[in-house]
Amino acid sequence: MEKIASSAAVQSPPESAVPDGRAAPRSATLKVDDITLSFGGLNALTDVSMAIEPGLITSIIGPNGAGKTSMLNCISGFYHPTRGEIHFGDRRLTHASPHQVSCMGIARAFQNIELFRGLTVLDNLMLARHQYLNYSVLHAVVFFGRAARVEAANRKNVEEVIDFMELEPYRKRTVGSLAYGIQKRVEMARALTLGPKLLLLDEPMAGMNVEEKEDMVRFILDIQKERGTTVVLVEHDLGVVMDISDQVYVLDFGQLIGAGNPAEVAKDRRVIEAYIGEE
Amino acid sequence: MDDRDVLRDMTIPQLLRWRVQRSPEGVALREKEFGCWNNMTWAHYYEQVRRAALGLEQAGLAPGDTFAVISDNIPEMLVMAVGAQAAGAVSAGIYQSSLPGEIAAILDYMDVRYVFCDDQEQVDKLIEVRDRIPKVRRVFYEDPRGMRAYRSDDWFMFLDELLALGERAVAADPGRFDRLIDRGRPDDVCHFCLTSGTTGLPKGAMMTHRNYINMGVQLSKVDPLQEGDEYVSFLPFAWIGEQMNSFGVALATGVTVNFPESVETAMEDLCEIGPHFMFGAPRIYETLRSQIWLKIDDSYRLNRALYAYFMKVGAQAAAYRMSGRPMPLGLRVKSWLGRALVFRPLINQIGMLRLRRAYTGGAALGPDLFTFYQALGVNLKQIYGQTEITGIAYMHRDGDVRPDTVGVPLPATECRISEKGEILSRSPSVTAGYYKMPEQTAELLEDGWLHSGDAGLIDASGHLIVIDRLSDVMHTRQEEMFSPMFLENKLKFSPYVKEAVVFGDREDFIAALINIDPIVVGKWAEDRGISFTTYMDLSSKPEVAELIRGEVAGFNRTVEKPHFRIRRFALLYKLLDVDDGELTKTGKIRRKFIREKFGNLYDALYDVSVGERRVEAFYQYQDGQTATVQTDIRFHTMSEAA
Repeated sequence: MEKIASSAAVQSPPESAVPDGRAAPRSATLKVDDITLSFGGLNALTDVSMAIEPGLITSIIGPNGAGKTSMLNCISGFYHPTRGEIHFGDRRLTHASPHQVSCMGIARAFQNIELFRGLTVLDNLMLARHQYLNYSVLHAVVFFGRAARVEAANRKNVEEVIDFMELEPYRKRTVGSLAYGIQKRVEMARALTLGPKLLLLDEPMAGMNVEEKEDMVRFILDIQKERGTTVVLVEHDLGVVMDISDQVYVLDFGQLIGAGNPAEVAKDRRVIEAYIGEE
Repeated sequence: MDDRDVLRDMTIPQLLRWRVQRSPEGVALREKEFGCWNNMTWAHYYEQVRRAALGLEQAGLAPGDTFAVISDNIPEMLVMAVGAQAAGAVSAGIYQSSLPGEIAAILDYMDVRYVFCDDQEQVDKLIEVRDRIPKVRRVFYEDPRGMRAYRSDDWFMFLDELLALGERAVAADPGRFDRLIDRGRPDDVCHFCLTSGTTGLPKGAMMTHRNYINMGVQLSKVDPLQEGDEYVSFLPFAWIGEQMNSFGVALATGVTVNFPESVETAMEDLCEIGPHFMFGAPRIYETLRSQIWLKIDDSYRLNRALYAYFMKVGAQAAAYRMSGRPMPLGLRVKSWLGRALVFRPLINQIGMLRLRRAYTGGAALGPDLFTFYQALGVNLKQIYGQTEITGIAYMHRDGDVRPDTVGVPLPATECRISEKGEILSRSPSVTAGYYKMPEQTAELLEDGWLHSGDAGLIDASGHLIVIDRLSDVMHTRQEEMFSPMFLENKLKFSPYVKEAVVFGDREDFIAALINIDPIVVGKWAEDRGISFTTYMDLSSKPEVAELIRGEVAGFNRTVEKPHFRIRRFALLYKLLDVDDGELTKTGKIRRKFIREKFGNLYDALYDVSVGERRVEAFYQYQDGQTATVQTDIRFHTMSEAA
């Protein structure tokens, strides 16, 4: 798989291949400035700064307990940093609720699949877009005119994602009956149905076999290139991270210990120490 | 309907134009996309073909060029193939599962200039072997996903761009397309169909327009189809089985070709469409049967009981239906009840309710599967033919379905059995020969007669019986041909016979070594109070010998030719086994090895004076210990009259 050169991509984020031809959501930079997150006396994150450039794949890596998921939780509004600011473009989301963050165009696929296991894939995806279903209870009761139109548009959007994530064979199957690797794909599809500008992926490849991982890597690259979505990836598989990332941030004990492109990070002494210990 | 034989003098693009004039708004193709079935009318299909043809011409395609398709089944695949044919080129299908090296070799052999791929997966294979296929000028792709990096390379072209090119050419010269397709002659070669060569490179059979259309016309004379009947396209396009339907039958009869959403969803999509006819290899019918069994297993008890009861009724009714005899009233009522209560809802769930006919071909189907489907009320029929005769040349007729035959020839098909026992056929659907292979073509065709390479015979009622590959048949000393495998399979219809090895090559008569089935015969012996210890002991019981003698006598009564009769047999003291080298890994018997290993038994079989012989059986147990046991083997001679 070929990667677009990072510098070129910064200047011109790939144009969208969204089927109905509307322009790609032009992403903005996500800026994390000196945030600290403490739980009582324990600092999960200490003075961490990051700049997530639009149109790129940015990975956050680090040993267990380094604060990777805490970082994602801060961005997606589950936690609010004790100190510091987070901006998405010109909007401040330091204290925004998860719902508000989602409306800004940031979507997240969870590490532990957060789907309704008893519902079908289709229902899960349709439901994921509930924030865009702007019709009243009255409309819903008669299901005529507006409600029907909105639902049809919703379905169209969901079908595009099903096509993109190659989930056609599972459309009518309940999520609980699907293989784990497929459930992960549905989880990612759920995030994609929101049409995000920025997609947060929390260990999308955990527990997968090699073939499933290869598929997932292809999906992530396609999300970036075909849909022009900015991707933030938290992942333990360093092979994958080094292969597909444009930018890597390394956390250890809540502190940023390295940043740069994969080649730079791989050579960084502190990063090597954090992973394999001091010599 | 007007005289369909007129259609046989048209080319495929001309026939498409004829269809458009007849029913422009009829649905020609239907594809499931984004969860919806989208219709493409004959008029739209024709327009797309026109764009494709003129676009290809603009891109440099010249008459006589070869245009290859490597694609899952999508409407664009047909549009491009027929478009290329309209422009005077020859289309060709390559299996999607082919490896890059194979694709390179095939493209080179067929002198392919242009290739159509559906997605990045196929395009990437071509990139891998790009330096080995210098003759390929352009590669078209349908799905732009993942192709961003290839945009700058003008070796590739997005299908929409090609069609736009064609659209402009149509606007510039609206009459051009008609003139192009008027140039076509029905006997022009229009498609290269790969034949699955078991060794080496596959051969490309040169198929003409008439080959396909004749096949479609003749098939519909036997089994009428109407415009608007449904067909689901899920077989690989490179296989003749798909082309004969999507080129031949669809254009000759005007049925709608439905394309599944993806390969994985094909069976679900089949269910949604509910086709009126389908064609498939035996494996598909086996898979569907397993699905039905699963559904029944999952069902509640009453359902299972009803199913079990009506399955028996259905099997009885099927015997009448298959032979075309009138059913007794009681059975007819019960069979109707079974259909109404159990079978109709059941086959509706797998999409077979509307199915008027299901065809199976490509390999032999077990008789139990025939009975199963016929009992359910699905009209499953065997067909026989080769790629070189456009797939179907022989077929069962409704009410005359016999599992042991492949039916009778289609109209306008002649059949002959050569002196060597080979099946020869002649019809307007016989290929023009193999591309660039004059020697093989000469072997294949003799005065228009197609050599099938299969040994067969025609029975009293005119049904063709396929025996075996010609290379596997044997001859007795009297030069009478027989197929050991065919006879062994027939012998194994008996539940008491587990395995049989038939001999007779260059001998006076046919003889067999037989393995009894330890479970069935063991049960039989228990029921009769015959005590036994080991398999060897059971095999040597005189009662068992009598039982098998009865089975062999029954076999001898029903074989097609007198010289097929088994004159002498013996019961083998051990089961043939893979570990002992007597069977291949796939469970086929290794005849030569067995003949050598049991050489003294073989000699005794063909020495009529020997009635009993003492042999030493050598065993090796799994822990490596060995043991030698002595046993007496009896040889049984069947009476001539049997």
